[in-house]
Amino acid sequence: MTKISLREMTKYQSGVITAVKAGGELGQRIRDMGLVPGTEISIRGRAPLYDPVALRVMGGTLSLRNNEADYIEVEVDDA
Amino acid sequence: MRNELTIALAGNPNSGKTTLFNALTGARQHVGNYPGVTVDTKEGSYTKGGLSCRLVDLPGIYSLSPYSEEEVVARDYLVNQRPGVIINIVDASNLERNLYLSCQFMEMGVPMVIALNMVDAAKKRGIEIDHERLSALIGLPVCPVVARSGQGITELMATAIAHAQEHDKWQPAHISYGDDLDAAMLDLSTMIEEGGFLTRDYPARWTALKYLEKDDRHLEIGAKEDHALSSRLLEKVEQVARHLEQTVGSEPDAMIADHRYGFIKSILKQNVVHRTMDPDRLYMSDRLDNVLTNRFAGPLIMLLVLLGLYNFTFTYSALPVAWSATFFSWLGGVADTFLAEGYFKSMLIAGVIDGIGGVLGFVPLIMFMFFGIALLEDTGYLARVAFMMDRVFRIFGLHGSSVMAYIISGGIAGGCAVPGVMATRTLRSPKERMATLLTVPFMNCGAKLPVLALLVGAFFSENQAMYMFLFTLLAWLMALLAAKLLRLTVLRGESTPFVLELPPYRFPTFKGLLIHTWEKTWHYIKKAGTVILGISILLWAMMTFPGLPDSERQVFENQRQEIIRQASPQLPASPEDAGQAGPEARAMQKDLLEVANAEAEKALRYSVAGRIGTALEKISWLPGFDWRTNIALVGGFAAKEVIISTLATSYSLGEVDPEASDSLGETLAKDRSWDAVKALSVIIFVMFYAPCFVTVACIVKEAGSWKWGLFSMTFNTLFAFLLSTMVYQVGSRLF
Repeated sequence: MTKISLREMTKYQSGVITAVKAGGELGQRIRDMGLVPGTEISIRGRAPLYDPVALRVMGGTLSLRNNEADYIEVEVDDA
Repeated sequence: MRNELTIALAGNPNSGKTTLFNALTGARQHVGNYPGVTVDTKEGSYTKGGLSCRLVDLPGIYSLSPYSEEEVVARDYLVNQRPGVIINIVDASNLERNLYLSCQFMEMGVPMVIALNMVDAAKKRGIEIDHERLSALIGLPVCPVVARSGQGITELMATAIAHAQEHDKWQPAHISYGDDLDAAMLDLSTMIEEGGFLTRDYPARWTALKYLEKDDRHLEIGAKEDHALSSRLLEKVEQVARHLEQTVGSEPDAMIADHRYGFIKSILKQNVVHRTMDPDRLYMSDRLDNVLTNRFAGPLIMLLVLLGLYNFTFTYSALPVAWSATFFSWLGGVADTFLAEGYFKSMLIAGVIDGIGGVLGFVPLIMFMFFGIALLEDTGYLARVAFMMDRVFRIFGLHGSSVMAYIISGGIAGGCAVPGVMATRTLRSPKERMATLLTVPFMNCGAKLPVLALLVGAFFSENQAMYMFLFTLLAWLMALLAAKLLRLTVLRGESTPFVLELPPYRFPTFKGLLIHTWEKTWHYIKKAGTVILGISILLWAMMTFPGLPDSERQVFENQRQEIIRQASPQLPASPEDAGQAGPEARAMQKDLLEVANAEAEKALRYSVAGRIGTALEKISWLPGFDWRTNIALVGGFAAKEVIISTLATSYSLGEVDPEASDSLGETLAKDRSWDAVKALSVIIFVMFYAPCFVTVACIVKEAGSWKWGLFSMTFNTLFAFLLSTMVYQVGSRLF
């Protein structure tokens, strides 16, 4: 098990969020959408220019910009 | 106070809230307006089986944070209007995240019923929800519904009305946020209750929670109510925050959010949700996304879809637009025939009929555009467009969703900024939205095209197509650069978090599309209509008054008499018969027309608009414009195609059809004051100066204040003036 930032995750990789290091409006928005520690996520894909990233969370699909994904730390299996 | 029960509909975007509202109210709805707010709150009524109530559709939100206008509107509505009960719509396939908002309503304590929507779609995805169990665990009625088909909505309304009658007090739910915060909540609530702090409007626990979250808006209200007590509460909050930072390294608002999800998970774990399929399996929607947002196929398909939307809007609306134009020119003709000559007639035709025609002429366009956008939005494709385009648009401080507005405004030459400005509604980020709506008028709309075509045809006739294409690219470049400029200056600030939901693809309901389209169109007619009529009359007056003095008019009258006297007396006197008459009669009519045109030129120059145009020569020599061009540009504020007819009048050419302006083109090409450099300078100015007043009226309406309308006119005109001056001064030195 290793901790990486959400930006570094590859397509179809899944993991569990361990920390959200953003405050203010961004932190609020991230949490509003269900991205809180303990939540399982998996990467669905990236936009044609590799940014934003689309991910599956709690049965829905969300997208985040890479610079927003930087604030989210995820624990993933060593593969 | 009204005795009728009010029910508010609240829920996440994409939870089917609007569909439910439409199903409940049918066509009995209207848009409620709150001053200074651009977010719509729709109202309607519901009557069935002896039950009746008023329904309010609150904007779709994910939480009750103070960051967006939608959220603030929803919060303020609940507190100030005190609906009897709220129906919280949650998507059954996305229960965990949807309940996050429900959880906040429970903390607030508003009487609430949960509508578990789209249970049919959830079932297809292998998700079954034990709604009775969920209801028992959260202590609120839960009604399964399918808003699309109307299934379960009668029961839902009966439950909601009964619930409202049984619960008239707000009862905040006690959710645990961990030992430290629970203790703080208790202390704060006690202080709040003892001080009677805001308790008239808000439950003490809610205020305590908002203070712990450091909710700016609530702190502001609190400080106004009792500054000393507010400061003491904040001191206490700081203490707790420091303690949490040292012990767990987290902030109160983050911890509160975590515990809300913890609360939701603990409930859902108790056999509420039954899954019969792997939650990560690929649904139809995901498979579609694999193609539609594919690295190579995605952008290509998007281009085709946007082209399709554009064609749909502008091709299919062409016929009704032409009907409307024919009707109003017929009406103008009728007025011309039956009314006596004079200012009243002139005002009625040029001011009122053309003005109303101008407003209604856009209606088919707006209807088709909104239908197209509603289709893209309701199917879920619009979110994918934003997803794919965001990287490019972010460079200029915009949002992925901005692309739609630009294309509709003329990103593919020939659009219209009016529906373009209105299309910015799909953007939820306020700064990005404002930057988009202020720069979409830079695009080459259908009304600028004839002006461009005229000048390109007269001065760059060898490579017409290439020049037109270059001007389209130039419009994009300048619009994006101007957006960047605005985002670095007046609209400065961090970009709004993108965090965007990509909802599953759905088939939209036809009824929903129609209601959506009609609502937006009616809104346009009502709001823009009044302003436009007023300005149209004003512009007419500017180009008419003051009329030529009698002495001047006498000169032209004498010329006319002279022409008639010289012609043989047996000639027909009315112009209608001239067609059948001999060459002498035609020569006379031609001479008379020349006199009339010369008089029109003189009158135009004498009018307020003419004087403005002449006065402007003091600065307009910089981009190389003479008084004739100036008047035409002033007239272009009414509508860009008016530039052609005004220019023609100022060159004594009489009435010229913008679509067939060859004679004007020839005149300009021969005129020694015009050359390619001046033509280019005028083209650039026409492309970028103040948008037409219909667009300005829409900007005012969408931005929520006159300030932005004025800003748009000034900023664009200055921007255009600088560019044209540069082109003209550099160009005339080089060539």
